[in-house]
Amino acid sequence: MKKSSFLAMWGWPLALAVLSASGLASALVSDTWGDWWSWLGLGLPVAVMGWHAWPRSRALPAPVAPASHHRCGADNACTPHSTHR
Amino acid sequence: MLSPVAIRRWSWVHQWSSLVCTVFMLLLCLTGLPLVFHHEIGHLLDTEVETPAMPANTPRASLDQVLAAAQALHPQRVVQFASQPEDGDALWFVTLTPTPAPTDDFKSIAVDARTGAVLSERPVGEGFMHVMFRLHVDLFAGLAGKLFLGLMGLLLLVAIVTGVVLYAPFMRKLRFGEVRQHRSTRVKWLDLHNLLGIVTLTWALVVGATGMVNTWADLVIQYWQHDQLSALLKPYEGQPIVPAIERGPLQHSLEAAQAKAPGTRLSFIAFPGTSFSSPHHNTFFLRGNTPLTSRLLQPVLVDARTAQVTAAPQLPWYVTALLVSQPLHFGDYGGMPMKIIWALLDIATIAVLGSGLYLWVRRKAPAAATQTPSTPPGKGQPLVATALTHGKHTA
Repeated sequence: MKKSSFLAMWGWPLALAVLSASGLASALVSDTWGDWWSWLGLGLPVAVMGWHAWPRSRALPAPVAPASHHRCGADNACTPHSTHR
Repeated sequence: MLSPVAIRRWSWVHQWSSLVCTVFMLLLCLTGLPLVFHHEIGHLLDTEVETPAMPANTPRASLDQVLAAAQALHPQRVVQFASQPEDGDALWFVTLTPTPAPTDDFKSIAVDARTGAVLSERPVGEGFMHVMFRLHVDLFAGLAGKLFLGLMGLLLLVAIVTGVVLYAPFMRKLRFGEVRQHRSTRVKWLDLHNLLGIVTLTWALVVGATGMVNTWADLVIQYWQHDQLSALLKPYEGQPIVPAIERGPLQHSLEAAQAKAPGTRLSFIAFPGTSFSSPHHNTFFLRGNTPLTSRLLQPVLVDARTAQVTAAPQLPWYVTALLVSQPLHFGDYGGMPMKIIWALLDIATIAVLGSGLYLWVRRKAPAAATQTPSTPPGKGQPLVATALTHGKHTA
């Protein structure tokens, strides 16, 4: 598998997995910054799920190169959407 | 890249490991949801004990006074354990049972640590939260129920790992997070299953694995006693449980234990003959005062007659692992925001389980019209392979 296609497939899942794992661990070792990081590390994946799973009334644009494309929801709000974060 | 045969094999394992455990996992997710908030629900239902406010330097009642107050309510019972809540030392909970043996028949008495007055007798073994707890922990079936749920947890882990392997062939033509809303309902739920499954992956693996480890807690503790304590108890071999009348003052024992492990706070005390102690000792379990060490316990065995410390053994790695796995399962170590995130991830997991079940139930119906000739829908057609060919055709 080429590097770019590997990242296109696994970039997001890997980033979210690392983020979740760091969030799960950080709150164990610190009650200050660790708790804050855990809310971010575990909250962001939840937000990503919500963003993608939310039903939209308009069809999404066709896939384009993952490094540069933007995605627009039904509310016309465009968000950068990239595997290279 | 997986060959079609490999995909079929992985699909078979994914399908059957999840099908077997799905009903139980749905039950665990649903009962786990209120358990995440058991503290808050306890306050709402007024089953939490409140201690009257007193100045912080109010003198404490002696441990002997506290136990005597609880014992007076149930003179025919024995005291198995006494514990202090994590968030304060103004309170003691005293557990009384008919004998020192493990049992479900116990009374829990709350005693004010300052005045030695009984505050309440907590109702145990009843109420909504108790039903949720038992369904979640052992299906009302004791150790057998725990081990059964642990096995279901293992199947969940298998389902998660095989699901990750199958993620790639499904997502080859899709962007991350793409949900085809305007195809069939089945395609939409397939995409949602993949999205929610891959995002909750780490959390579900950790909560599933730590839950499984927790089902072995009883066995781990028993092994620890056999492995480590039996050597320490050699000198006491053949002696019966120290009768209550021959025991030294408990307050002295407590002070001796705390002197042995400075900078710690008491978690709980196991009295002679109970499952966490020996027939001859009051065993004090002390916790550290940093976020991580507050989850670990330092046992101190104090001779029940002489109130002298016998030993303070280091916890072996497997008990440490068990103790660290508990917060990772409960989600109770990062305040209210973490509990809310825990609940949301739990709900997402319910959606993954539900959509997986839906995809299995509808594994043939709408796909039949779009099957390729090479993969006819037939008996034993693996769920995921069917879904895959269907997905390709409608994409």
